[in-house]
Amino acid sequence: MTTTSLTTSRGAGRAGDKVFSAATLAAGCLILAVLFGVALFLLIQAFPALVASPDEIQGGKGFFSYIWPIVIGTLIAAVIALVIATPVAIGVALFISHFAPRKLASGLGYVIDLLAAIPSVVYGAWGAAFLAKEISPAYNWLANNMGWLPIFQGPASATGKTILTAGIVLSVMILPIITSLSREIFLQTPKLHEEAALALGATRWEMIRMAVLPFGRPGVISAVMLGLGRALGETMAVALVLSSGALTASLIQSGNQTIAAEIALNFPEASGLKVNTLIAAGLVLFVITLGVNMIARWIISRHKEFSGAN
Amino acid sequence: MKALRFGRNAAIAVISAGALALTACGSDNATGTAPATPAASGAQVSGTLTGIGSSAQGAAMDVWKTNFASANQGATVQYSPDGSGAGRKALLDGSAQFGGSDAYLKDDEYASSTTQCGPDGALNIPVYISPIAVAFNLPEIKELNLDAVTVAKIFRGEIATWNDPAIAAQNPDATLPDLKVTPVNRSDDSGTTSNFTDYLAAAAPEAWTDKPAGVWPATLQGENAKGTSGVVKTVTDTPGAVTYADDSAVSGKLGVALIKVGESYTKISAEAAAKAVDAGKPVEGRNANDLSIKLDRATTIEGAYPIVLVSFHIVCSTYADQKTVDLVKAFEAYVVSDAGQTAAADAAKSAPLSKDLQDKTLKSIESIKVKS
Repeated sequence: MTTTSLTTSRGAGRAGDKVFSAATLAAGCLILAVLFGVALFLLIQAFPALVASPDEIQGGKGFFSYIWPIVIGTLIAAVIALVIATPVAIGVALFISHFAPRKLASGLGYVIDLLAAIPSVVYGAWGAAFLAKEISPAYNWLANNMGWLPIFQGPASATGKTILTAGIVLSVMILPIITSLSREIFLQTPKLHEEAALALGATRWEMIRMAVLPFGRPGVISAVMLGLGRALGETMAVALVLSSGALTASLIQSGNQTIAAEIALNFPEASGLKVNTLIAAGLVLFVITLGVNMIARWIISRHKEFSGAN
Repeated sequence: MKALRFGRNAAIAVISAGALALTACGSDNATGTAPATPAASGAQVSGTLTGIGSSAQGAAMDVWKTNFASANQGATVQYSPDGSGAGRKALLDGSAQFGGSDAYLKDDEYASSTTQCGPDGALNIPVYISPIAVAFNLPEIKELNLDAVTVAKIFRGEIATWNDPAIAAQNPDATLPDLKVTPVNRSDDSGTTSNFTDYLAAAAPEAWTDKPAGVWPATLQGENAKGTSGVVKTVTDTPGAVTYADDSAVSGKLGVALIKVGESYTKISAEAAAKAVDAGKPVEGRNANDLSIKLDRATTIEGAYPIVLVSFHIVCSTYADQKTVDLVKAFEAYVVSDAGQTAAADAAKSAPLSKDLQDKTLKSIESIKVKS
C-alpha cells in the first residue's frame, strides 16, 4: 500500500491513509477499553471485601489492616531492587555505550537482553534453592556487626529467605530492562555535544557527566520506573524466595509479604469473601502501579526542557 | 518504550501460561500404570463427568481419570483443581457433578445441598487419605519422639533449641545438638496446613491457641515456603529446620517424628493413618449413606496416627438422569476400588482406604439413584 501510494494516484494514498489511521485509532481505543475493563472488574469484585464487616476479613481487623503491611512489604522489596539495580544498570549501560570496544559492547548487549528473557519462575527457583542458602552467612555477619541498625537487626534468618534476598533477586530481574533502555538513550547523545565537551579539555568522565548524563536523565528515569513497575508486580520469584510473615523492619529476618505473592499463594484455595479480598489487594496494586507511572510521567515532563534533546 | 513494555507483559503471559501447562503435565505421571478394571457394575459407561475441587487430590485425580477413561471408551472425567471451597460451591450450585474437598460439607452447606441433590442431599465419600509427617533436618538423627504439646511449641517458636528439656525428656537415648530450631510452614493456603493445625488445636489446646485454618497464623514468627516441595527443600537445606508435609515427600530425605498417641509413640505409616480414620466418628444429622468423618485428633488408640489429611468426593444422592447416575457410580466405584487406591498410592503416595471403609464407601456409592 505504502509503496504504491508513492507512485500512483493520490486517491489510493488517501484511502490507505484512512484505513491506517482507523486501524491505529482502533488499537488505541482497544487498549483503553481493556484497561477500563480490568479496572471495572477489579472494582466490582473487590467491592464486597471493602464493605464487609471487619471480622470477616482474614486477620479479623478489616481490609485496611490486612492490606497495609503487604503494601509496605511490596514497596520495601521494590525499593531494595531499585537501590541495587539502578547504579549497576547505569554503569553497565555507560560501559557498553562509551567505554567498551565495539565487539565486546554488542556481545555484552546480547547477554544483558538475554537476562530479560529468563522466566521469573527460574529466577525464583534460583533465589530459593541457591542464593538464599549461600547468602545466609552474610546475614549472620550483618546481624552480629551491624545489628544496631534496625534494618539489620538479628537474629538473622537461618534459611536466608528474607525480603533482602527477594529484593536482590528482583534487582537481577529488573537490571536488563534498565540497562538496555539506558544504553539506547546514552547512544542517542548528540555527537556534537560530546565532541564539544572533549574539545574544551574535559576528561572522558567529565564529558559523560556534562553531556551524556544530563541528556539521558529523563530516559533513565523512565527506564527506572519501568523497572519499578516490574519489581512491584513480580509474583512468582517473590512467592518462591520470600519466607513471608508479619511486617518487620529487619531485612534479614523472615517476614514481610508483597501483594502479588500474597495473591498467588492464596488464590488457588480461596473461596467466598477470601477471593474478593485478594482481588481487592490486586486493585490496590493496580492503583500503586498507576500512581508510580503518573509520577514518572510528571518527572519526565518536568525535566524535558533541560535535557538538551530539543 | 511502550512497545518494549507491551512485549515484556506479553512475554510474561506466554511464559506463565507455559509454566502452567508444564506444572499441569508435571503431576500427570499415570501413563505407565495398567488400565483399570472396568466399572463395578460391569457395563461400560459413557459421557462426561465434571468435577471441581481440592488440589491435594490433583495428582491422584490425574491417574484416576486417565485409567477410568481408558477402561470406559467414550467416558471422560474432567477435574479442575480450583480448591476445596470452589469444589463444594460448584456441587451446591450444580455447575459440577462432583466436588473434591479436603473437608466434608458443613452443616449449612449440607442443608442447602437438597436443592440440587434431592431430599437426601449430598454424599461425602472419603477417597484420599494422606498422612502428614513432622519432618526435621538434624544431622545423625532419623527419629524423635514428640508429643502434641511439644510439636505445637516447636511450631510456635516457643522451643528455641533442639536440646531443650521438653524434647530431651522424651528422647533419653538421642544425643540432641545445641542447634536453633527453625520451624518452616507453608506460605500458601493448603489442606495440609488446615489438617495439621486442626490436629494441634485438638490434641494440644493449651499450647496451640489459634483456630485451625488453611493459612498459617500470621502472628507467628517463622520461616515458610511455597508448596510441599518448597518446605521440604528449605528444610533439607537448613540444619535445625522442621516442617510438616505429606509423608511421601519426606520419606528417606529427612528425620521424621514419632507422635505420642495414648501412652506410646506412633510411627507414621499408611496403616496407622487408616487406623486413625477408622477411629473417626460419623457426623450426625446426615443421611444414612453419608460418610462424613469427624476425625478424633486427640485419639488415644494405640498405633493410630492422627495427623492425617482425608479428602472427600462430594456427590449427589440423586441425579436427574440414569446416564449420569451410572457414570458417577462407575467412576466413584473405581476410585475407591483396590485398583483405584493402588493407582493413587503409586502416583500420589496416598494411604489406601482400609477394607472396612472401602466397603462402606461402596455401599454409599451403590445408593446413588435417579431423582424420583
